[in-house]
Amino acid sequence: MAEKVKKVKIPRHEMPCQDPQVRAHNFEEVALGYTQETAVEEAKRCLQCKDPKCREGCPVEVLIPEFIKKIAEEDFLEAGTILKVKNSLPAVCGRVCPQETQCEIKCILGKKGDPVAIGRLERFVADYDIKFGESKFEKPVPTGKRVAIIGGGPSGLACAGDLAKYGHQVTIFEALHVAGGVLMYGIPQFRLPKEIVQKEITNLKEMGVEILTNQVVGKITSVDELMENGYDAVFIGTGAGLPYFMEIPGENLNGVYSANEFLTRTNLMKGYKFPDHVTPVKVGKSVAVLGAGNVAMDSARTALRLGAENVYIIYRRSRKEMPARDEELEHAEEEGIQFHLLTNPVSIEGDERGWVKSMTCLRYELGEPDASGRRSPIAIPGSEYVIPMDTVVVAIGQGPNPLVTTSTPGLDLNKRGNIIANENTLMTSKPGVFAGGDIVTGAATVILAMGAGKKAAESIDQYLKNK
Amino acid sequence: MYRVVKKRLLAPVIALLEVHAPEVAAKVEPGQFIIVRVDEFGERIPLTVMDFDREKGTITIVVQNVGYSSALICAMNEGDEFQDFVGPLGVATEIENYGTVVCVGGGLGNAPIYPIARALKAAGNHVITVIGSRTADLLILEEELTDVSNEVVIATNDGSKGVTGFVTDGLAHVLSQRNDVKIIWAIGPMVMMKAVVDYTRPLGIKTIVSMNPIMVDGTGMCGACRISVGNETKFACVDGPEFDGHLVDFDLAMKRLVFYKDEENRAKARLECDHEGGHH
Ligand SMILES: Cc1cc2nc3c(=O)[nH]c(=O)nc-3n(C[C@H](O)[C@H](O)[C@H](O)COP(=O)(O)OP(=O)(O)OC[C@H]3O[C@@H](n4cnc5c(N)ncnc54)[C@H](O)[C@@H]3O)c2cc1C
Ligand SMILES: Cc1cc2nc3c(=O)[nH]c(=O)nc-3n(C[C@H](O)[C@H](O)[C@H](O)COP(=O)(O)OP(=O)(O)OC[C@H]3O[C@@H](n4cnc5c(N)ncnc54)[C@H](O)[C@@H]3O)c2cc1C
Ligand code: SF4
Ligand code: SF4
Ligand code: FES
Repeated sequence: MAEKVKKVKIPRHEMPCQDPQVRAHNFEEVALGYTQETAVEEAKRCLQCKDPKCREGCPVEVLIPEFIKKIAEEDFLEAGTILKVKNSLPAVCGRVCPQETQCEIKCILGKKGDPVAIGRLERFVADYDIKFGESKFEKPVPTGKRVAIIGGGPSGLACAGDLAKYGHQVTIFEALHVAGGVLMYGIPQFRLPKEIVQKEITNLKEMGVEILTNQVVGKITSVDELMENGYDAVFIGTGAGLPYFMEIPGENLNGVYSANEFLTRTNLMKGYKFPDHVTPVKVGKSVAVLGAGNVAMDSARTALRLGAENVYIIYRRSRKEMPARDEELEHAEEEGIQFHLLTNPVSIEGDERGWVKSMTCLRYELGEPDASGRRSPIAIPGSEYVIPMDTVVVAIGQGPNPLVTTSTPGLDLNKRGNIIANENTLMTSKPGVFAGGDIVTGAATVILAMGAGKKAAESIDQYLKNK
Repeated sequence: MYRVVKKRLLAPVIALLEVHAPEVAAKVEPGQFIIVRVDEFGERIPLTVMDFDREKGTITIVVQNVGYSSALICAMNEGDEFQDFVGPLGVATEIENYGTVVCVGGGLGNAPIYPIARALKAAGNHVITVIGSRTADLLILEEELTDVSNEVVIATNDGSKGVTGFVTDGLAHVLSQRNDVKIIWAIGPMVMMKAVVDYTRPLGIKTIVSMNPIMVDGTGMCGACRISVGNETKFACVDGPEFDGHLVDFDLAMKRLVFYKDEENRAKARLECDHEGGHH
């Protein structure tokens, strides 16, 4: 008991970060990662609960106390092996998982003080494993079954990895010129270095997964054709890649981007290295980002790094309702992003040449709580004001891209255009066709997409056994 | 990798490349486009398919040197390979037997109009092709287009060949002689397409144009290619590239084309430096 009390008293170890003034002008990773010493100290805080609540919070049920124990014992490679039992992209999840609302919120230490920094430990172990680990993949007995995976995002990658472990022959069809999905084109380099994503993808290839890039399914081939051409099952993990716009006047002016375009030019096409990489991305002096989720924070912080002097987040509700992760909000604030809360754009004005010049906004106040308990914002009449700016990034959400769904007869969709899949098996209305990740749930998280991919792999394996 | 198997210069700044891409060739239809990347540093450049050979597994593209990336493509030779070659993209042309149709190609537009004219003729239409350029030297694919059309009318701005004037003058010439034209395709620079639709709108003849806004992914993911059609925002890469020209907001589309003017000039300046020094 005495030991337990002692542990509760050790404060949680901070994540070392690049100085905000410096990092606001470079694309290097913001969070630097724990040192070995810090990781061991942090791992020792874990109480090794018999009935670990933390695991219940993790969508893929990572063996949390088990891997943390190995860190405390300084057996980092074994910690990595345990971690990878449930999580095929640990270096990614350790960086971008919303730990504070998943595993860490359930940690027993959090009841009295700060929870164990599970995500930071996960990142430490995964990075150690990338550096020093050897892949211990043993080739399973081939089953002779072939599975096609559409989309190389986290759901598709996780599904492919597990199917390969079961001994199936897997081919990923990816529309872009690299696999990785949002991990490559959306989440910026300073939060998730692309080398790490590519490392995870190389591991998959070593397991025998074939990755075909430049393959837009719905155009070059279709789900039905894949089934006819010898694939025994298909997994659709095409994500939520269709950008929504506000539908306000001025949205097609030069200087208005969707977050997808702004981030794709910067990350996937490496626009921040223009002109060595030839795709340009333009950022003016003053940039407004519409929205307040992770995508909005990423856009705002990217704009700052590209050289903008003023970057505003414009959001209709108050800080409490902002959907972005706390850590991202804090980082954005430290770097000097300016928040215009309880504010909504009414129109974007352009100059005579068709370039953004300003935005007219309306102030809001919070009304009575609605049925969901959220206080909904109400416009204050006559409160219009004009902010001068030259760039606008619209980050208000994404929907399902219809290329695959509309080219697949017999695939049931919901009202929003997402694929309907059985909750337990992830099979769609088409036998042998499974789906998971953002294309089913709408825009969600990396770990949920990955979890869906793993679940689908399991039921595809069952399906193929019974076939 | 996607190898260039044949190269032909059609004009000093216009190259025709036949590229080995069998999967794309198996699926492509007239009106569709592909996206290429020359190397790992490259932009994703959209280009309309000019021809395809399903048996040989090749796609033919025609590229005009207008800036950094198109210059790199035009400089490619037989045996060189594209890093990336994605397609087919966009919606195919609606080919039917309409009766009498006119295909208008302006400048480089002669390339994308070619497979459309050929398919329309094969579907039983009487195809009248109107092509134009600034001078006779710049007129491309005249022979090929003649082969796939029932009639060909040529217009050059300086009168060095055919009717003197713009393709709209060539089109006016056709329409003054026949009143059975059911539908028109017009492909070329935006100013030319705008001139054609402004001319045909009062006549009430349906006119299809092929829009070429700035693109990135070509799959409907980024929204860079958005244009306004009948006051609705459309993504040219997945909803088009062909649209009813009478509904397209050309003024907006033309303004959007200059989004990256400054950066394009910087890239071009570098191309000139590279010619003197080395490149990465
Ligand atoms: C900017 C941004 C920041 C984010 N930050 C976080 C974060 O911090 N933490 C977190 O947990 N989540 C975050 N998310 C959400 C998370 O990235 C997604 O929930 C997750 O990537 C979904 O995975 P997926 O596999 O379903 O789809 P995606 O990652 O979208 O991948 C889909 C893949 O399918 C491909 N594809 C699409 N159509 C076709 C087709 N027709 N043929 C072939 N391939 C196709 C796409 O090119 C893409 O590669 C963020 C999202 C964005 C956009
Ligand atoms: C669907 C589609 C089909 C196309 N088909 C062909 C084709 O078959 N052959 C061909 O040569 N070109 C075609 N284009 C245009 C081609 O993609 C551009 O010329 C090319 O991207 C220019 O790149 P750059 O780096 O050489 O020039 P940049 O330096 O980027 O641009 C030079 C000039 O070209 C203009 N420009 C830039 N991008 C485009 C664009 N997408 N369309 C038109 N003008 C542009 C700009 O106004 C600029 O001033 C097509 C474009 C689209 C969207
Ligand atoms: S995968 Fe995410 S939720 Fe699960 S333990 Fe790791 S950080 Fe926590
Ligand atoms: S709940 Fe917290 S203390 Fe308990 S095992 Fe999980 S991480 Fe350790
Ligand atoms: S080019 Fe990105 S949506 Fe059309």
